[in-house]
Amino acid sequence: MEWLTLTIDGREVSVPKGTTVLDACRMNNIPIPTLCHAPELTSAGACRLCVVQIEGMRNLPPSCVTQATQGMKVETQNPKVRNARKVILELLVANHPLDCMTCQKMGDCSLAEYAYDYGVNGEVYQGEKRNLPIDSGNPFILRDQNKCILCGKCIKACSEIQGKSILDFSHRGFDTQVGPAFNLPYNESDCDFCGSCVSVCPVGALVEKQMVGKGRPWEVSKVQTTCPFCGVGCNFDLNVKDGKVIGVTSNPDAPVNGKALCVKGRFGMDMIYSDNRLTTPLIRKDGVLVPAEWDEALDLIATKLGEIKKTHGPNSIAALSSAHCTNEENYLMQKFMRAVIGTNNIDHCART
Amino acid sequence: MSTACEELVDPKQIKLDQIIDKHKHGNGPLIPILQGAQEVYGYLPAHVIKHISKATRIPVARIYGVVTFYAQFRQTPVGRNLINICLGTACHVRGGAKIVETIEKELKIKDGATTEDGRFTLEVIACIGACGLAPVISINNEVHGRLLPESIAGILAKYE
Amino acid sequence: MAENQRILVCAGTGCASSGALPIIDILNDEIKRQGLEETVSVVGTGCQGFCEKGPTLVIEPQQILYTRVTGEDVAEIVEQELIKGERVERLLLVDQTTQKPVSLMADIKFFAKQHRIILHNCGVIDPKKIEDYTARDGYKGIEKALKEMSPEDVLEEVKKSGLRGRGGAGFPTGLKWGFCRSTPSDKKYIICNADEGDPGAFMDRSVLEGDPHSVIEGMLIGAYAIGADEGYVYCRAEYPLAIKHLGIAIRQAEEAGYLGDNILGSGFNFHLNVFEGAGAFVCGEETALIASIEGKRGMPRVRPPFPAVSGLWGKPTNNNNVETWSNIPHILRNGAEWYGQFGTEKSKGTKIFALTGKVNNTGLVEVPMGTTLREIIFGIGDGIQGGKKFKAVQIGGPSGGCLPDDMLDLSVDYDTLMQAGAMVGSGGLVIMDETTCMVDIARYFLNFTKKESCGKCTPCREGTTRMYEILDRITKGEGKEEDLDTLETLALTIKETSLCGLGQSAPNPILATLKYFRHEYEAHIRNHKCPAHNCSALLSYTIDVEKCKMCSLCAKNCPTNCISGDKKTNTPYVIDEDKCIKCGTCIDKCKFGAVSRA
Repeated sequence: MEWLTLTIDGREVSVPKGTTVLDACRMNNIPIPTLCHAPELTSAGACRLCVVQIEGMRNLPPSCVTQATQGMKVETQNPKVRNARKVILELLVANHPLDCMTCQKMGDCSLAEYAYDYGVNGEVYQGEKRNLPIDSGNPFILRDQNKCILCGKCIKACSEIQGKSILDFSHRGFDTQVGPAFNLPYNESDCDFCGSCVSVCPVGALVEKQMVGKGRPWEVSKVQTTCPFCGVGCNFDLNVKDGKVIGVTSNPDAPVNGKALCVKGRFGMDMIYSDNRLTTPLIRKDGVLVPAEWDEALDLIATKLGEIKKTHGPNSIAALSSAHCTNEENYLMQKFMRAVIGTNNIDHCART
Repeated sequence: MSTACEELVDPKQIKLDQIIDKHKHGNGPLIPILQGAQEVYGYLPAHVIKHISKATRIPVARIYGVVTFYAQFRQTPVGRNLINICLGTACHVRGGAKIVETIEKELKIKDGATTEDGRFTLEVIACIGACGLAPVISINNEVHGRLLPESIAGILAKYE
Repeated sequence: MAENQRILVCAGTGCASSGALPIIDILNDEIKRQGLEETVSVVGTGCQGFCEKGPTLVIEPQQILYTRVTGEDVAEIVEQELIKGERVERLLLVDQTTQKPVSLMADIKFFAKQHRIILHNCGVIDPKKIEDYTARDGYKGIEKALKEMSPEDVLEEVKKSGLRGRGGAGFPTGLKWGFCRSTPSDKKYIICNADEGDPGAFMDRSVLEGDPHSVIEGMLIGAYAIGADEGYVYCRAEYPLAIKHLGIAIRQAEEAGYLGDNILGSGFNFHLNVFEGAGAFVCGEETALIASIEGKRGMPRVRPPFPAVSGLWGKPTNNNNVETWSNIPHILRNGAEWYGQFGTEKSKGTKIFALTGKVNNTGLVEVPMGTTLREIIFGIGDGIQGGKKFKAVQIGGPSGGCLPDDMLDLSVDYDTLMQAGAMVGSGGLVIMDETTCMVDIARYFLNFTKKESCGKCTPCREGTTRMYEILDRITKGEGKEEDLDTLETLALTIKETSLCGLGQSAPNPILATLKYFRHEYEAHIRNHKCPAHNCSALLSYTIDVEKCKMCSLCAKNCPTNCISGDKKTNTPYVIDEDKCIKCGTCIDKCKFGAVSRA
């Protein structure tokens, strides 16, 4: 691999060829604010918050889309750069609701974090603000377009990761919006509610509806776990407050899935506390389902299956297994049907 | 029987499908298709946008994004007469803003709107390129130049 | 009259909208009626450039110009001019300095002081006939290139000519072609940017309307030098006549073997398509234009990679505007050295300007680079309308700046204007007089850029709106002292951090007016006065009862019916301030000076 040496804020650093200035900074623990950048998505260079000053270059180039070159001299924190970033943040905040006290994103909001760093309070520019309806017609995602900073990451997550392309920009200039076609609410679009858009939103424009009001980011502990819904093995973080799971958020380091999840994994965890959840086997006695011990239930099944096989033959029995089980469990199920029962009547809920 | 079948097929839809067929195998077909569709329908209703999406396999959100980006595309029917008020620099310097005000007051509509009776649609545009005649408006592509606020009412009266 | 005569009737967009098209038919009928059809022919030409005085027609070979011609004038022109050989004096142009009519084009300042290379066919040939073009050395440039020169030779010639892009930034054309040529690829494209979006500029439209083959020839030569075999002309849909003429020209060029496969037996292939733009100023930016052809929202993308490396559909692509392309045939035909004699050391050739606003002669003007603003405005333009005082000239459209009278002797070339805080841009020259408010002009341009911002990058999307709002407040008398500092900080940040040229240049109208007309801003903010008496919120109209003769002329002409009064009942005429739109019609109409504006 070819290495380059460049100077960032007076410090000489070496990075592999093909590295952006932003990555060069981050590899060397030099902080650069970004809103529209995500390593798993293509870069747009749109928010302009990551601008730096580079010797010999016109204007202030955005570090996320500028390639590092040999001998490059970069300044990331000089007054000119910081002032430019401050103006950009002021512009964003001027068109953003300041209801941070009740915003679900508070504590995990990139805009708030940078506004704090750069001393931006939203007082400099007074003028028109967007006033768009809040989309709350579905049980999973709460969408407040007035908080959207038009970074476009949700659009890319939907098209580049999920392959759905439900979202795109519409209109232009100050009137630009992000949303499904015709600006329909999510539940009237073809959205699958995988929530990838939520996982990349840097502000409170897209949040997990189930978590609203249940806890602040600093109050929850994140417990990495494997999704129980199917055998793919996706990892995510359970958000636990006071011993109770209040929701799920992506764990970017998840080895199988990254930030991607499906609707069940991301929004199906309410089953944990569901009244309908089965916690013991039930046996129907005199027409009524009665809780039973595992041994009793398994004995009953074994006896009944044996009887049926004897009387009606193995092909009178069929089994349907579940995507909720692991691949190993599903393998055992079919092995059991073929080798023990002696039939090929085995199927799976996620076969098609 | 055959006449009954023909009646069931919307002639506009047939034209639209011809336009889509003509362009869809070429490169970058979307904008010419939308332009053709708008010529057929007069505007781009939602069902047309969805139909184009299905036929071209371009996501409907992307098409909607394109439709709302370009000034040429409209999503509501246009009135019987389309007034384009030029606000190019030359027209502005020679009093174009007052022409806009006068027409807006006269028709009681704002830029982009259509009068309730469907008689006029008003659009302020950047430049017709008839700067020598500034200020100008064009109604149904007919250019009226060297305008004064007091001449507006007389010009509008010519269009039913 | 023994010799054959031609009557050139301007049928460009400007004259057509002044009623030129029926004149051609009436002229033909009248000529037939008088039995002159053997010796006189009528040609509907492209733009002759003198839009203000349209419809215009030129009698050849004498080169006599008639202005503001109507259908009713035709019989008289035929009778007087064609039969008797005398002038129809009332249709001649009046020189504003001498106040005398002038008939010969060579004596008319507007034409005499121009140097028409690019426009040499515009207004002279029938743009719908390829033979008119070839008769004036058309397609000789590509013939020479294909028969006598290698692509490298052509590239060298263009480099040597010193031609710089006419679309705005003035990048050297040969150098740009070289980048695209040196990128290896199985397929390359060239594009002609005819998305002339600058309000107040219409030279590209006129060239396409009046001399479309020159653009095709320029693109052919470029394609040969670069190694491209396909091209696009991206033309505004607002230019229907240009699109029509270009379409006809492409068909004719294909039939004549100038477009298609194995052109002139050389083995060189080139196909040309027309793409109708759908209305977005930002598509003048080349990456946005490319996105638009690809069927996407016209949002610029970050460069590099430059289009010369990865452009249309990921292939190397070279993009130049109409005027740049139509320079090329002249360079090939006459050589780089010939071309180099026009212009300044670093800005070669001629440039077409659209001279508009409060100037006597408005229209299209082609002059060598380096001509002074004074020469253009007071020489060719014949000074300011109505004898008013010149205040400023706005150069380069929404990306340019306004220059005051003490800069009138600046040489118009890329580098001088850039230093002065303006730019050549696409070549719009809008002349402003003492009644033009410079804060309002800045507000006007920001309103334009905020509407045309694509919305992708933060500084342009949010910043242009905020700058507009501040300017709007100032023109309404609600400005604050600190607004000027805020504007300046904002403008500089937007300039330095925006993604594309639109955002980077959007603050220019503010920066330039703040630099040269700061006192006008201060008058609005501190004294709540508009020195130009333009900003209507700061004006009030009153009728002086003493002077008013109650003639009711003001009330009758008021477009909003806000003046009331009655002579019979001796009720004095008054203006209802709430309904008044401050159009000033009442002042213009009052014969007694009873209406005043303050």
